[in-house]
Order: sequence, then C-alpha cells, then structure tokens
Amino acid sequence: MNSKNSKARLLQGNEACMLGALYAGVEFFGGYPITPSTEIAEGMAREMPKRGGKFIQMEDEIASMAAIIGASNAGCKSMTATSGPGFSLMQENLGYAYMTETPCVVINVQRGGPSTGLPTKIGQGDTMQARWGTHGDYTSITVAPSSVEGCFYETVRAFNLAERFRTPIIVLLDEVLGHMREMMVIPEEGEIEVMKRHRPDVPSEWYRHFEITPSLVSPMASFGQGYRYNVSGLTHDQDGFPTAKPKEILDKLNKLRNKIVRYSDEIVKLRTEKMEDAHIAVFSYGTVARTAFQAVKMARERRIKVGAIQPLTIWPFPDEQLRDMLKNVRKVIVAELNMGQLVHEIRRIAPRHTEVIPLQRYDGNVMTPSEIFDKIREVVK
Amino acid sequence: MAASSKPKQNKKNNKKSQDDRYEIRLSGSGGQGLILAGVILAEAIGVGDGKNVVQTQSYGPEARGGASRADLVISDGEIYYPKSMKLDLLLALTQEACDTYYPDMKERGLLVVDSNMVTQIPTKNYYGFPFSRLAREEIGHVMVANVIAMGAIAELTGIVSMASIKEAVLSRAPKGTEEKNSRALELGAKVARAAKK
Repeated sequence: MNSKNSKARLLQGNEACMLGALYAGVEFFGGYPITPSTEIAEGMAREMPKRGGKFIQMEDEIASMAAIIGASNAGCKSMTATSGPGFSLMQENLGYAYMTETPCVVINVQRGGPSTGLPTKIGQGDTMQARWGTHGDYTSITVAPSSVEGCFYETVRAFNLAERFRTPIIVLLDEVLGHMREMMVIPEEGEIEVMKRHRPDVPSEWYRHFEITPSLVSPMASFGQGYRYNVSGLTHDQDGFPTAKPKEILDKLNKLRNKIVRYSDEIVKLRTEKMEDAHIAVFSYGTVARTAFQAVKMARERRIKVGAIQPLTIWPFPDEQLRDMLKNVRKVIVAELNMGQLVHEIRRIAPRHTEVIPLQRYDGNVMTPSEIFDKIREVVK
Repeated sequence: MAASSKPKQNKKNNKKSQDDRYEIRLSGSGGQGLILAGVILAEAIGVGDGKNVVQTQSYGPEARGGASRADLVISDGEIYYPKSMKLDLLLALTQEACDTYYPDMKERGLLVVDSNMVTQIPTKNYYGFPFSRLAREEIGHVMVANVIAMGAIAELTGIVSMASIKEAVLSRAPKGTEEKNSRALELGAKVARAAKK
C-alpha cells in the first residue's frame, strides 16, 4: 500500500502523456482532437499558453503534422496526438519528417479500426502502421507504455530519443490506457534526464544540415539562426539539395537506417515477469501486457512455469534480446488486439525449437486474464 | 425509504478478496455521471486514503444514452489487469446494467441498485435505494443521484472513508453546488445506514 503521499496524484494516461511532454520541454503542439486522445490536446490547450508555448488546433491531421515539422525546424520541441484516422492522415508528412530528419513526437492512442471504426473501444491494429505507415524505406522508433506512470516516462523518453536521433518518435497507447486513471508521482525537475537538441558549433559556411557525422546524427540548426540550408523531401545530399547520384542516395538511406539500428541497444526496452525458469512465455504490449502479467500470476499459482515479456520499445523490434530470452522457451503465446501483427515478428526471430502460438481478440474489448490463462493451460499439455 | 432485504455481508470478507483485489463497477447509461463518480471514488481512495487504485471506463460514442460504466480495482499490491474480473460491488442504475453485469459478480458480492429503475432483481441479496427520486425530491437536482450513490457505497462497504469521499466530491463539484453535493453525500450515507440496521 502506498503511504499517504501528498505528491501522488490520480492521473489519466492521456494526462500523464501531456505532463510528460511538458516535463520534456515541449514548446509546440499542433493537433486536431480525436477520441480517445482528446485529453492530450485539451491539456495542452490549457497548459501551453501558461508556459509561453504554442497550442494550435489545425484544420486536420495533415496540417497538424506539417505544423509540428515546421515548428521543430524553427527550433521548438514539438508534438501532436491523435488516433487511427488521424494517424493515417499524418503518414505522408510523417515520411517527410523521417526524410528531413526532423525530431518530433506523435502520440497515437489506438482505437478499433479500420476507418472511423470504434472511437471509444480498444484496438492494437496500428502496430504495423507505426513501423511501415509511410511509403519508402525507413526505420522508425516506436515506444509503448502500459501504465499511467509509463505514459509519463515513455513520453519523456520519446522526446529524448527524437532529439538524440533527429527523427520522429511514435508513442503508441490504446484507448484503455489513454483513459485509465492511476496514482502517480510526477518527478521533480532534474530527476530524469531531458535531452537538448544537438546544435551546430561550426561557422555557418561549414554547416551541412544533413552531414554524415561519425555518430550518423547531424547537428541541427534552426531556421533563422544564420545557417543556410535546404530542407527537401526529395532524396538529398548532405546540404539538403536533391540528388540522383547513386552514392549519395545510398548514403542518405543508409544513414536513415543505421543511425537507429546501430544504437538499438540504447533504444530497446523490455520488461519481463517470471521468465527465469519459464518454459512458456506470453508476449504482448500495452494494456494487454497487464492482462498477461495477471494471467502469469494465475498460472504460477498452479505451478505452471510461465513468464511474460513486454516490449516498451516495439520498433526497432528487439530481435537480439528476444532471441536470447526465448532460448529456453518451448512455446510463446503472442497476445494482441488485432488479427496478428507482432506474431509475424516473433515468428521471424523465434528459435527453431520455440513454437509460436497466436492469441488474438479484435472485438473492441481488452483481452481478459482468463483468456490468456486458458491458452496457457491448453498449450502446457 | 430504502426498500431492500438485508444482505448478509461480512465487511472483512468483502474487503479481502482473492488476489487482494477489491473490484467495483458503477454501471448505468450515458449521462448519469457514472464515469465521473468512478473518478471521484478513485481519487478518494487513492489520494485521500492512500491505497493503490486503477479506474477504467467503458462508454459508447453517444453523448447521452448507451451503456456506460466505470470500473475500479483497489489493491494493496501492484494492480496488473486494470479492469474487473469478479466484482465485489456492483452499482446498477438501470435494469439493463443490472442484467448485463450481475453475472460478473462474486458469489458474496454486494449489489446496489436504483430501486425505481431496477425492478427485476436477480437476487435477494441486494440493497435498493431510489437514487434518482431522492436526488429530485430531497436535493432538488436529479444530477446528484451519482453522489447519493457514492454516499451509500461508502457507508455500506467502508472501502473509502467518508472524509476522503467528501473531499473528493467537493474538489470536483462546480462552484455553487458544494452545499447540494454535501447534502447528497450525507443523504446517501443516511439511507444506507438505515438499511443496514
């Protein structure tokens, strides 16, 4: 039981995202409110003016995404929040952000789809869209909390990753998590690290906006600070001008991938429960991971050696870490609120001796512990 | 005024369920203020009484009407699954809610209904109070039916302290409605006390 702590507050997942963004120093929010993410925009509309930040309700999600890209290039930490239909509209400009290496944070509180779908019901149908939503080849980073506290910390982490790797970061929530209320203590200023943008320290004539540095991440100058550069969605050279030279094309595309893949150890984050001696594992993220933990607890009470793995980073997919965790696992149940998305990733990386068992629900409701528990009992035989 | 048979409730048994979870569902239709009641109750339990609590909700796309509910899970330990599994307490303000959620209750769970709205009750083991009628006639505002219900729940279960629930209600009450809300809460506790005797 918590001791009576005057600092602990009852917060909603969406509110915690909003507060996490403020903690991380967000200066610009451009968005179009949509259920079940609306409370993030509402909170931002209330809080941003108090802090000298900007809140703009745009005409739609296409414009919202464009606005936060512009704000970020002007030097502001920027973000938007949406749900499935809006996330689809953002995809083209999201691609522009990947290509122009513009840091920003996009929160998608998932509801049932496709199309307008189920505005007030849970789904995890956008899992692959977060990875492959825009066209062309690129590598994305997506984080996914499962508690109110996690919403806060993962949003702060998303802003840090955005600045660290100069790229958009997607935060995937779901309806239940976005609307869920739990107790949490907001950390004091300075308690957790907040990353600043890496700015150029060279004279303006030496500056290259997309320079291929040893770390692969280029320092970023803001518009209007005396640095001259070109920003284009066309495949470009290190100065930002369109190129058709195969070498420069390869350099650009490899940079977009390698600046993330090379550091995947830094980006990957997993939580495990009772995996030490587990022969069976349940793999799931978001609210479903909490169902899985509950089911594991129920199964352990019946002495079934089962554990749970929850990725808090979904993309890049934690290939190496999972291969290692599944070494001694005979069966892995992949529980998802969709018709099977991450199950294909698990199939791709699972050791040959590990059987992959899908468990899916997509009727707008969260999976119950007894559903997962029944599956565990079925496969343990 | 509270027509009900008297459930044999053991408060202690009621609080400590398997897995240390105490699960509450407030159910009815959209517009009855059930999700707000869930938030207030969670705030009283979490902030006021310092317990672990998770509150979730389920509602339709309509502004009014449609099924609406709030779930609370209270525990001494970490709460994994955030929704209810087997209810210790069900508040049903409509017949439909009662019919839908009664099967989700524990055998010794506590059922509380609006006795004007829920007329076919699947058990003898329940408390019935005319929440909406009390709100209209005694307080003069039908919208405080949810607050009367919270007063009754606090009195019947002891899952939340009266001081905390009062503080939580008043902190969320719009200006100028504090007195009505206080009276509603006390009325709920009073009718529950009378029914317990």
